[in-house]
Amino acid sequence: MIGLVVVSHSAKAAEGIAEVAAQMGGGNARIVPAGGDEDGIGTSPDRIREGIEEADDGDGVVVLVDLGSAVMNAELAIEMAMDSEAVIADAPVLEGTLNAAVETTSKKATLDSVVERAEDARDYRKLN
Amino acid sequence: MADAETQREAVLDALDNVAERLAEEKEYLTDLDSAIGDADHGANMERGFGKAADKREEFVEMEPNEVVKNVGTTLISNVGGASGPLYGGSIMFASQELEDGITAESSVAFAEAYLDKVKDRGGAQVGAKTMVDALVPAVHTYKKSIEQDDLPPLEALAKAVDAAERGVAFTVPIKAMKGRASFLDWRSVGHQDPGATSTLFILEELLETAEEYLDGEVDRDARADDAVGRGE
Repeated sequence: MIGLVVVSHSAKAAEGIAEVAAQMGGGNARIVPAGGDEDGIGTSPDRIREGIEEADDGDGVVVLVDLGSAVMNAELAIEMAMDSEAVIADAPVLEGTLNAAVETTSKKATLDSVVERAEDARDYRKLN
Repeated sequence: MADAETQREAVLDALDNVAERLAEEKEYLTDLDSAIGDADHGANMERGFGKAADKREEFVEMEPNEVVKNVGTTLISNVGGASGPLYGGSIMFASQELEDGITAESSVAFAEAYLDKVKDRGGAQVGAKTMVDALVPAVHTYKKSIEQDDLPPLEALAKAVDAAERGVAFTVPIKAMKGRASFLDWRSVGHQDPGATSTLFILEELLETAEEYLDGEVDRDARADDAVGRGE
């Protein structure tokens, strides 16, 4: 099953997003939160790399990110996690993770299809 | 080309000099960063290079390129923010250019690879008020001085440092287009970029170290008005 890693500047935000998304995939999705850094607010390439390795069961990993350095540190973590195939989805972190979680539990899910579903969340409107 | 042992010594001395300089400039970089960022650049750079310099004992066993690579990974783990991947990730990536040793030629390749990675990772072009504004003139000047003007590396490096200094000055009157400073929009005008400034400090220390290892002393015009780098 394709794994998901949630990267946010806040460890709590990453955990919370993972928690909300875990309900979506019938509780079967592999979602690892990797938020915050040693000093609290921030992102850590080492934590993200560990998250990728934990989330990967061999099928690959999609990484969901919030802002700024989260993107750079996720890219770097992917380069460092050489044994795992991982890609970043260009999607809002909460909505994208929810969508991706649903898709990962589909039997036909691929890295591409999970990224695509996550990125569908870019167009969501909350008010009609 | 100097032997591997001398090269490693030079790299370790450069690392010590950079770490010491960034520790001295911690408050100054923090002041610059509090004006247009989140006031952590001074502490982040001091911590990152300090941790790397503390690994000297481990590093003395390694090949020069391995030392450079490990400086990169240490920065990645200890600098934090966007500077970790930008400085550390780029050093780590560029270190592969030094696999066959440090020569005038491989140092140009290293500088170019470092610049490419910073631009690629950060997405900034010249004029966005970032470290790229110091780095592009430095790397271009260094490459041209070595490859076209056939200058000795020490002289080429001195020219690169002068170019970086002008790049730092250029960041003052322009608007930030990247990073947290860009959220300030027009209010960022009039402030010197901390990343360009720390890049200059690093290059100045590389020059300082190179002067000890490569014969000769450099008469830098810009030495007189160090004011640009220090904003005094």
